[in-house]
Formats: sequence, structure tokens, C-alpha cells
Amino acid sequence: MIELLPKTHIDFVKKRFIFFTISGIVALTGIISLAVKGLDLGLDFTGGTMVQVKFEKPVDISAVRTALKGAGIEAGIQTYSETNSFALKVKGTQENVNETADKMNSALKTIQGNSFTEEKRDYVGPVVGRDLSKKALFAIVLSMFGIIIYIAFRFSNPVWGTAGVIGIAHDIFVALTVMSLANREVDLVIVAALLTIAGYSINDTIVIFDRMRENMKKFPKMPMGQLINMSINECLSRTIITSLAVFVTVLVLFLFGGSGINNFAFCMLIGTITGVYSTIFICSPIVYQWEHRAK
Amino acid sequence: MTKLHWKLGVILGLLVLSVYLLYPTVDWYTKTNDERGKLELARMRPKKILTLGLDLRGGTHMLLELEAEKLDKKETLNDAVARAIEIIRNRIDQYGVGETPISRQGDRWIAVDLPGISNAQEAENLIGKTALLEFHLVNSGEGAQAAITKVESLDGPPFDKDGNLVPEVAKLMPKGAGLYRADDNGEEGGTRVKYYVLDTSVPVTGAYLENARVETDREFGYPNIAFTFNKEGGKLFDRFTGENVGKNLAIVLDGVVHSAPVIKSRISGGSGVIEGTFTLEEARNLAIVLRAGALPAPVKIIEKRVVGPGLGEDSIRKGLGSSVVSFLIVVCFMLVYYKGGGFIANMALVLNFIILLAAMSYFSATLTLPGIAGMILSLAMAIDANVLILERMREEKHLSKPVAMIIPTAYDKAWSAILDSNMTTWIAAIFLFQFGSGPVKGFAVTLTIGLLIGMFTSVFVTRAVYEFWLTSNPKELSI
Repeated sequence: MIELLPKTHIDFVKKRFIFFTISGIVALTGIISLAVKGLDLGLDFTGGTMVQVKFEKPVDISAVRTALKGAGIEAGIQTYSETNSFALKVKGTQENVNETADKMNSALKTIQGNSFTEEKRDYVGPVVGRDLSKKALFAIVLSMFGIIIYIAFRFSNPVWGTAGVIGIAHDIFVALTVMSLANREVDLVIVAALLTIAGYSINDTIVIFDRMRENMKKFPKMPMGQLINMSINECLSRTIITSLAVFVTVLVLFLFGGSGINNFAFCMLIGTITGVYSTIFICSPIVYQWEHRAK
Repeated sequence: MTKLHWKLGVILGLLVLSVYLLYPTVDWYTKTNDERGKLELARMRPKKILTLGLDLRGGTHMLLELEAEKLDKKETLNDAVARAIEIIRNRIDQYGVGETPISRQGDRWIAVDLPGISNAQEAENLIGKTALLEFHLVNSGEGAQAAITKVESLDGPPFDKDGNLVPEVAKLMPKGAGLYRADDNGEEGGTRVKYYVLDTSVPVTGAYLENARVETDREFGYPNIAFTFNKEGGKLFDRFTGENVGKNLAIVLDGVVHSAPVIKSRISGGSGVIEGTFTLEEARNLAIVLRAGALPAPVKIIEKRVVGPGLGEDSIRKGLGSSVVSFLIVVCFMLVYYKGGGFIANMALVLNFIILLAAMSYFSATLTLPGIAGMILSLAMAIDANVLILERMREEKHLSKPVAMIIPTAYDKAWSAILDSNMTTWIAAIFLFQFGSGPVKGFAVTLTIGLLIGMFTSVFVTRAVYEFWLTSNPKELSI
């Protein structure tokens, strides 16, 4: 039998303030970054036009920029250099569907000695973006309440569900912070990634909470801190194996999955790390803190 | 038959059923592109197969908004949207593209998913055109003449940003008349747009059309559109032209004047011709939209996403390749780390995958990138359930219990964690399914189905396999 870990006896609860501090610093960085840099919201939310073109021959980004400038278009330009592809985005309210895209097309035709094909064209009108973000947010908030209620029912105490949901919020916030710091765009696919992170995070938390519930029945007299430590240590090998498996899966997608899912995989990578971290270092100590105060 | 036999029977039965349900999908996607295209056109695409989303196969997604303000007062919004969907479906069917899901979203939105893009622009014209055909009389009174003269003296267009007439023209305009633009730019060599003053009353509209088709002009060879009225429309047209011999009749399509010939005599027989400067393609599409009928109100494209077929293929190839690699890594790891137990868990994983795809084919689900994310999450949770069980087995094994006791205890202890973690994710998935739209919904669908199947394969199936193995009275558990 191969074992990744021998039996461990790490005192997680004692070190909780270190991790509260770490998360506090990350949260502060996040707030500053989100306030100063903000999120690079995709067309899905801002509305606007995106055209992705692929040139026959290599072309310099400055040539593309000059061509667009010449037509009076201020576009964000993203390059996929390995395929000579460029994604050109003009964000903001645009009432007419093809206006901007057609202008961009004719501007690009002025680049001499090269031809291009349009690979992708997105137009999102102003109402649609608002509707999409409203619905996604609504669904997320409702499902969080659903989770709190279910866990309160199964664990006969609302603290578990609340701690679990705090963990989810923590993980989503950290993921958004990193997206902001890394200048990566947040679109609907990232919303799907955040949902996956939320699912993964709560799954991980429940597994350890379940072990605590079991140990509380087995050792009713054991002090809370000791019980939490014991439960986390007992589950540690499972936690590491599962998260390693997920991490490797996502890493492969990140490295080789192509431009379509690169952003998604990046966000998921952050999520797998913070998902495990929050369970052990945030959710469990919150339960301890709560029970501690109750006594 | 024992309970165990029943269990194994259920599992085998499900496997056979899944392969049976999956067959049409596999059959479809192993055909060449050409074969598929032909079958799609012949409407012979199998119904219960897994469809690839537009982000994966390429195509055009459009979201249309019905301009409810311009709706006829007599029709409710609900009916109007339903009718608009019917008409759009009719137009697309006549145009001849493959399976095109058209669905209603919210109050007055219509989503159209056009797979493949031979010509996105053309499709857009086909769907977005209101196709309201009207016949107006040309107003040739003094007021009208003055208005036209004024319009011609203006530097810019006679309409402001909101589409209202500019005040200096509006005050000249006779009662019951309006200014209409002509479609031919600068007939006499100029670049100025021509305008007409027409009576706003519309005695006959395209609602009475029975047929419309492309005809070639005998003199110049231009494509024209010939139309035929139904009986009622024919009578109206007959009377209307009879009363107005000598006047000009303007043929107006979607607010633009296409021609304004003189009515030489009463037109009986209920047919006519729209002349204009059409290309053959334009004329063909116009005939289609006229045949399919006018939309109850104009529609506006509020979202449009076009994915080129190359890009779709590229993302499939790369995504598929890397998914296979990750899948293999996980499978190998389980095998090396948990040996026999890992093998059983891998079997369950493969079964999970097969049943999931079969279920999605059966529900004719559409697979999109976010949908694949949902699948990955559900598969990860299924593996996690097995890891939980196997870790419990190891714990029990450490206590030197006999094999026959390890297995049931491990399952019993792991069950509450598996149930609760799956249920919480499931609750979230259900809410997302209910309120989410587009990609979020795709994620929720695969996750919801995937979690149910995952619980079945990772708990029920693996346990049945262990129980079967226990009948041989083994001494050592390989985990």
C-alpha cells in the first residue's frame, strides 16, 4: 500500500490566526486591486463588439493598431501570436449590431499585402449584458441560501452551513482578485468557472465537516479544538489526493487546452488551491471560533 | 435470485441501454461532414443525439427583441412573440439550413441558434427583416410638392436621430401624409437619396399575399419579385386600383419605397411585381420573407455571436486532447495508488462517463464549453466519492478487520459525506438551472445530470462489484 502521508497530528486550530491574517491580507489586496484596477469585464457584461481575425501572414500588432486608429476606432487588442490571430474589442454601449464590426473589417483591409478571415464575431447589446449578470447573481445568491438551509438541516446547526458559504464567498473573492491582478477578462465562461469553484469548495468543506460530525458523536466529551484538528488530520490524505487529481486535470487544460478554455482553466487553478485552503484554514476555524464563543 | 444478482442485473441493463442510446450519436459523428450536411438538409438528422453547441461547432447565435411599442394594439405581446417565432421558423425552414433551435427568452426576446455559417449576413437579413409590404398612394398635392422641394434643399437627411421629421419639413407636410425614403440611391447619377410623400393610409398590405417568387425583368434582365394576392386581397387591390387610375402607387417594403409606378388601369387578377435594384440573392431572400409573412413588429438584434467553423473545430480538438490526457493521468494515478480498489473506481468512472453521455443524448442536450465544465465537476466529485470510500477502507484495514467487514463499514461511514456534498452541489445546480440563462444553464444541466449518475456509479455500482467479489471469499483487500 502506497501512502502519501503518514498519520499526521498538525494543530490547525492553534495556528488559525496566522491563516486569518493571510486571508485578511489577500482580501485587502483584493479590495484594493478591485477598487483601483477593477475587473476587466468582458463584452457579456459591458456590451460591445468583438471581432477575432486570423491573418494569412504574420502581422505586427502596431500595424493592426494603426489601421484601426486610422478609422477612428479605439479597440482593445489581444494577440494569439502562434496563429496570427487578433481579438479586437470595442466595449460599451452600441445600439447597432454590425456597425462597429463592419468598420473594423474595412479598417483591417487597409493593411497591405495580407488578407484575413474572420474567425469570431460577438455583439452584445446594452440590455443583454445587464440581464445576464442580474440572473447569474440572483442564481448564485439563492443557491447559497439553499445550501445554508440544507446543511443547517443535516447538521442541526446553522453555523456549519454559514461557515461553508463563507468559504465559498472567500474562494470566489480570491479567484476574482487573482483575475484582476493578472489582467484577465471576466466573461460568462468565468462565471461558469466561479460556479465550479463554488461547487468544489463546498464539496471539500462538507467532507471535513462530515468527519467532525461523526467524531462529535464518537467522542462527545472531546474539546472542540482537538476534535477539529483530529478530523482535519484524518481527512488530510483524502483532501490532498482529490485536490491533486483536480489540480492536475485543470493544469493540463490550462497548458494544452487552447485559447478557448485557457481563461477558464486559469480561474479553476486558483479555485482548486483556495478551495482546499479555505476548508482547512477558514471554514473549520470559523466553526471553532463560533462554538468557543457560545460556551 | 439474490439481491446481488438484481444489482448486477440493473447495472448491466443500464450499460446495455446506454450503449443503445449512445449509438445514434456515435453513428452521426463518425459520418463525414458532407454526409451530415446532406442529411441535415433532408431533415433526416436523428432526434435523440447529443448536439454540439455553437461555441464548439461554429455558427451564429442571435438574440432578437420584438419592438413591442410598434405592435398593433389588438395583439397581445405574448401572441405576437409566439407568432414572430413561427414566422422566423418558417423563413429559416424555407431558406434551408439544418436544425435551428428557436426559443423564447423572457418577455419579448427570441433566441435563434443557426448552426454553421455559410453566410451570416444573409441569415441575419432573413431573420431580422420585418417584411411588411404596404401599398400607398403618392401624394401629389401642393403641400407635398413644397415639402419635397424643402427636403431637397436640405444639406443633411430630413430625419433627426430619433427618426422624426425635422421641423422645417414637418410644418409643410400635408395632413395624412408622410415622408418615405426610396431604396435606389441617386437614380440620375447623383448620390442623394430620393424621397416620396405618401398618403399614410394603407388599403392593402402584404398580409393578403398568397405567394411571392423571383422573376426576371423582360427588358433589362433584373430580378424582380412577383407576388399574388389571395382572394380577399385581390378584391381589395382590384377596387383600390380601380378608384385611383392615373395616380402613382408606391410599393413600400419595411418603410422604404421600392417603386412608384402609375396605375394605368384597374388591376384585376390580384398579382403584381415589385421592381427595384435587387441582386438575385436579395430577391430570392425577399421572396422567402414575403411568403413566410411579415413579423408582427420590427425586431432588433440585441446580441449576436458568430463562431467560425475553424475556431470551433480547433477548440474541440485541443479541449478534447487535453481532457483525454487529464483523464488518463487520473485513471493511472488511481490504479497505482489504490491498486485493485483503484481499478474498480476507474471502472465506475468509465461507466459514469458512458451513462452521462447516453443520458444527454436521450434528452437531446446541447454540449457547450461551460457544459463540459459541469461534466468535469461531476466526474471529479464521482472520483472524490470513491477516494472517500477507499480512504475509509484503508482506515478500517488498519484496524485489522476482516475483509467482509471492511467493505460495508467503509461504505456506511463514507455515505453521509458523499450524500451531503452531492446534495449541496445539486441544490446550487438546480437554482442555476432555474434562473441561469445561456451558458450558465448549460453548466447547470450537465452538472445536475452528472451528479445523479455519479452518485449511482461511485457508490451503488462499486459496492455491487465489491459484494460480487466477496462471494469468492477473499482474504486480502487490495487497496
